[in-house]
Amino acid sequence: MSETSPTKRNHSATPRLIFESGSPGRSSLFWPAESGGAAEHIPAALLRDDIAGFPELGELETLRHFTRLSQRNFGIESQFYPLGSCTMKYNPKVNETVARLPGFAQIHPLAPGELLQGALQLICELERMLAELSGMDSVSAQPAAGAQGELTGLMLIRAYLTERGTPRKNIIVPDTAHGTNPASSTLCGYDVIQISSNDQGVIDAPTVAKVMDEDVAALMITNPNTLGLFEKNIEAVCAAVHDKGGLVYLDGANLNALMGIAKPGQMGVDVMHMNLHKTFSTPHGGGGPGAGPVGVKDALRDYLPAPRIEKTGEKYNLVEDCPKSIGRVRSFFGNFGVLVRAYTYIVSLGADGLQEVSRMALLNANYIRKGLEKYYEIAYDEPCMHECIFTDRIQQKQGVSTLDIAKRLLDYGCHPPTIYFPLVVHGALMIEPTETETPETLDEFIEAMIAIAQEARENPQLVKTAPHTTPVSRLDEARAARKPVLRWEPGRTDGD
Amino acid sequence: MRYTPQTELDQKRMLQAIGLERIEQLYEHVPQALRAHATIRLPAGLTEPAVKNRLAALASKNAAAGEWSFFLGGGVYQHFIPSAVDAVISRSEFLTSYTPYQPEVSQGTLQVLYEFQTLMCQLTGMEVSNAGVYDGASAAAEAVLMSRRIQRDSRRRVLLSRALHPQYRAVIATYLKNLGDVELIEVPFAADGATDVERLASMLDDRAMCAVVGYPNFFGVIEDLSALQSACAGVGAQLISVTTEPLALGLLKPPGAYGIDIAVGEGQSLGVPMNLGGPAFGFFTAQKKLMRNLPGRLVGETVDTEGRRGFVLTLATREQHIRRDKATSNICTSQTLCTTAATVYLSLLGRTGLRRIAEVNVARAHETHARLIKEAGLASCFSGPFFNEFVLRVRDLARLEKRCAADKIIPGIALAQWYPELPDGLLVCVTEMNEKEEIDRLVRDLSD
Repeated sequence: MSETSPTKRNHSATPRLIFESGSPGRSSLFWPAESGGAAEHIPAALLRDDIAGFPELGELETLRHFTRLSQRNFGIESQFYPLGSCTMKYNPKVNETVARLPGFAQIHPLAPGELLQGALQLICELERMLAELSGMDSVSAQPAAGAQGELTGLMLIRAYLTERGTPRKNIIVPDTAHGTNPASSTLCGYDVIQISSNDQGVIDAPTVAKVMDEDVAALMITNPNTLGLFEKNIEAVCAAVHDKGGLVYLDGANLNALMGIAKPGQMGVDVMHMNLHKTFSTPHGGGGPGAGPVGVKDALRDYLPAPRIEKTGEKYNLVEDCPKSIGRVRSFFGNFGVLVRAYTYIVSLGADGLQEVSRMALLNANYIRKGLEKYYEIAYDEPCMHECIFTDRIQQKQGVSTLDIAKRLLDYGCHPPTIYFPLVVHGALMIEPTETETPETLDEFIEAMIAIAQEARENPQLVKTAPHTTPVSRLDEARAARKPVLRWEPGRTDGD
Repeated sequence: MRYTPQTELDQKRMLQAIGLERIEQLYEHVPQALRAHATIRLPAGLTEPAVKNRLAALASKNAAAGEWSFFLGGGVYQHFIPSAVDAVISRSEFLTSYTPYQPEVSQGTLQVLYEFQTLMCQLTGMEVSNAGVYDGASAAAEAVLMSRRIQRDSRRRVLLSRALHPQYRAVIATYLKNLGDVELIEVPFAADGATDVERLASMLDDRAMCAVVGYPNFFGVIEDLSALQSACAGVGAQLISVTTEPLALGLLKPPGAYGIDIAVGEGQSLGVPMNLGGPAFGFFTAQKKLMRNLPGRLVGETVDTEGRRGFVLTLATREQHIRRDKATSNICTSQTLCTTAATVYLSLLGRTGLRRIAEVNVARAHETHARLIKEAGLASCFSGPFFNEFVLRVRDLARLEKRCAADKIIPGIALAQWYPELPDGLLVCVTEMNEKEEIDRLVRDLSD
């Protein structure tokens, strides 16, 4: 992180678009023409003209373009990235090396099964390892992301209940839930009943019991929840749902806090998803790809997405005939390349290493919480798990908001925490340091946050106009939404 | 291996600062009954060489392209990827960053996505594109869901071409079945391997929501989008085209040229390795008037406080983190690293290179097709025009597949598993990666 009170912007020129660079006829591709043009084989009426405005660049200028763009991004290897609920831990290099082996990267999903035994074995073993870690009985690695895992899980619940008479109508979702929970419920044909967490930031069993009836299919719960708090009533909450014949869905986004500490499968959870791009170290890639395997208890196993992979003797087989299955949620085998990285991570760390991950994630979060508690208001005065949440109530008196604090952190060379989420916290600042950070980095972050708290008191304008050092200053989001410009078009070479 | 840097001394000092003595005190509030059953029964960790050996042993049990000759398509294609693509997406600023919620420090990703959206519009001839979805199959399902948002409640019939990728049809069925009001109806294919337009026309009426066809379709056949679009538009149904081989759009008239409503597809061919079918990305494009109904992320251009051009995520009021249960979709990823790869790939190939590679695919696929008929004595299954994939009738397929396997060739995809009416159908794909020597061996091994 940079020196105290940084205010100078790095005035690098605004980069051109790839379409505004290059020269007509230029290409990086060397590939000789082959006899028999397309027109000999395909009717001319079906062929297009050249694509107007398509890029025309050499290889070096293309690389320079994208290298320069990359320098306008923060990333985990250049900045501390304590984005709450996202688990921005180190993404190990060995995972990347292994995922690029031709035996993983250059294989085709529709090749015969006997030529894919290593891949099927990897998926099958990963599913078993995830089941062991989560305490669930079976896992399907097919869903492509956490949100697709949620949708899959709800479909399993729907199929299970339908077979027992009725799919029911509603899903209970706490007010602290990720937005994907209610969105997935709707997509699965359910209505959403929102419930409130109590003044300690957790869900009470009586609150659930009050709305729980035979129209409720399931409760979706996140544990630890998005306030970074362990849902300590989880067993009673699950019992309240089960009493009325409903099921419990666990959003496993925060599994990084639980390894070796508590297993969702022991809590009364029936279905859950896991985010391999969070707990299991696969890179976020600027917004995907991830993977969202789904785990279930035995009662729901038959409904898992098809096909299943099973081991018979020494052979791994694809089982397509799954009569009760909800069907396919994704083509082929899901995001296999992500599965390879997660598998590599789990065998690298082993049981002890994984437990150490969660313990150190808790230690780092509590260290930050302690370091900042005198300067920022703690949202809930409860012991935190892997992330801690503050409000902007103290700074608000100086007219400084969470958004301002977040933008000012950028000047200190630090990615901001997740902000304004969960919605129940006033100006939430949700900080998840993860286990892979050193105490020195945490100290620098704490110092930066303290410095900003001081700036808010002494020079609020400096904070309110931040960031001052980033390639661009605050962007006009209202203008972007009012008159959306979603693509470049030929003939338009400047910003307007 | 370990990625936790806290030494014993660090831990002691940190605990002291917090006011605790032992790490276990940090989670004493977790119910004892849960903590007592949390033991992880997995082996101990490994050194880096041991990790690599273990994974290399698994990888060696798979048939990889290069060592094996693939004539496999069916939604996943072996194409040339310039080394520069992996160099860019291996940069940690692209690899490790999160969704660009903080635009001031995410201009790299945001500009790439804006360029990606532009490239997808150019490739498909459509007016707007989102920043990407999971894959081609979920793109197709999301397209049908989008049509459901746009069309009146009285229109709830979806006409799915039987020549659409069977796994895509399966995913569409999974996504739609819980909404209760949508009826999926299959449209047969004709003797040329294309969707039977006359049969489709007879099924279209004022209850039709949309029709979904492959372009090219699962058999590699180039559908007549002109006829399909006029049949659909005539009754107010939307036409959705689904492209599994986007390289074809470097040469074929794009969906947008036919005035269709929504054009989606799988992007793996554009610079992403096969990876057993994932991860890659789905692309999602539409007419501009449908913009506010799009699922997923959108990047838009704007300016900063000093008037400099910049990019932001926009129209977020469609999305789950704002709209929750009223969102257009639950999706919250755009497979950004894969769309970044596609952006670099298309920039490197460019206007002339994309066309060249597409032409080479056509040339090699058609030459192979002709030789398999003439020299190997196989019969063509369909008469429609194709890009780089085609279906042949191969008698005694299992025996010939064995012969090919002994020669480290995978000759294609047997269609009988999805199409009982094509018991001897073999879907063969030939790309720029299939050298003449491989094609010679394929022809020889498939000759009876």
